[in-house]
Amino acid sequence: MNTTSTHFVPPRRFEVYEPLNQIGMWEESFKNNGGMYTPGSIIIPTNEKPDSLSEDTSHGTEGTPHKFDQEASTSRHPDKIQRRLAQNREAARKSRLRKKAYVQQLETSRLKLIHLEQELDHARQQGFYVGNGVDSNALGFSDNMSSGIVAFEMEYGHWVEEQNRQISELRTVLHGQVSDIELRSLVENAMKHYFQLFRMKSAAAKIDVFYVMSGMWKTSAERFFLWIGGFRPSELLKVLLPHFDPLTDQQLLDICNLKQSCQQAEDALSQGMEKLQHTLAESVAAGKLGEGSYIPQMTCAMERLEALVSFVNQADHLRHETLQQMHRILTTRQAARGLLALGEYFQRLRALSSSWAARQREPT
Amino acid sequence: MDKVVRMSSDKGVVIFSKSSCCLSYAVQVLFQDLGVHPTVHEIDKDPECREIEKALMRLGCSTPVPAIFVGGKLIGSTNEVMSLHLSGSLVPLVKPFQANLC
Repeated sequence: MNTTSTHFVPPRRFEVYEPLNQIGMWEESFKNNGGMYTPGSIIIPTNEKPDSLSEDTSHGTEGTPHKFDQEASTSRHPDKIQRRLAQNREAARKSRLRKKAYVQQLETSRLKLIHLEQELDHARQQGFYVGNGVDSNALGFSDNMSSGIVAFEMEYGHWVEEQNRQISELRTVLHGQVSDIELRSLVENAMKHYFQLFRMKSAAAKIDVFYVMSGMWKTSAERFFLWIGGFRPSELLKVLLPHFDPLTDQQLLDICNLKQSCQQAEDALSQGMEKLQHTLAESVAAGKLGEGSYIPQMTCAMERLEALVSFVNQADHLRHETLQQMHRILTTRQAARGLLALGEYFQRLRALSSSWAARQREPT
Repeated sequence: MDKVVRMSSDKGVVIFSKSSCCLSYAVQVLFQDLGVHPTVHEIDKDPECREIEKALMRLGCSTPVPAIFVGGKLIGSTNEVMSLHLSGSLVPLVKPFQANLC
């Protein structure tokens, strides 16, 4: 609601005109355009800018505070009036042109958006998950099982945001003076944050294990290093080791043992995966290829695929335990440094993916 | 149940598995890496497969296979074995059963 105060309220886009002339000008423009003109803003014949309009009408119809000024302007400067009128008309014309260009742009964008939606729909039907920043809910998604995955991707987006926030906080805090108690709670939160991701992945794996296995929610550089739906724990230990210095002899021994155990566990799971691939291929290729009917093979293969979920869970369990053991071996401060290094390592991989994608798009 | 007890009290590492179970295979590989030759019972080849499964579940296994026993004592499934190994506790546990290296 617009207050009809006695003091002068300038319109939002007021820049060019002096206050006294502005008031006079308003009065003239009401005579010319029927009270619809606000200096400096776009003329809109509909009621799209209610604030400006009611501002004007209140000044126009009530007008009482300005009557005195109106009389003063009109009698004293007839030329100025004419010039102002001409300027107003010009400004109005320009506004109309601007508006036309803007509406044109909107129409083009709208058509583009419809086209993109159609492409996305088509891609989804083909079985591709379109994610990583696309707001799927706004565009609508097909009602096969993808809704759980779409939810996962949105949750993951939030997870990364929180991750980045935690990394910044660790970085700031480690550069200054921080108590061990405060650091401990930051470390605990960071650990819990990773564990939360493993839980999310476990739920997603039940919905679509292939999606999780292929790391579809990750950026391309991260996927390059993928091992059973995530990072390889032993590799990670290698990357982080230099950041723990100084280490006691006992710590060094413990970490080396951890690295070796990790490696052995990874090898065991990798070999299990190979066997799974082998048996799956056997199931799919069983019987005579070429007859055109293969329902029993599909049934058998589906049973084999169930095992994939347990492998994904085991791999995440390994990651979970590796983080847990590192936490046990290291001091709070070392753990904080390690988590900061880990976080930034993934940030760098994500940045690499963006840089690489940008490079590909540049014309040669 | 008796059968399970009998089968699991074999000296050393005993793994209850199924021929199709690739996770059990992974566990076998791990023990072999540690220099242990586990005894593997593929229960799907046993006529009393159902009963064995039930017995294993009753003993506390969340999934019947793989179920790992060391020195007659139930360790658990893949999760437990992996946790033990990463904490460094698995090797001392199986040390008495490691194959003698020439």
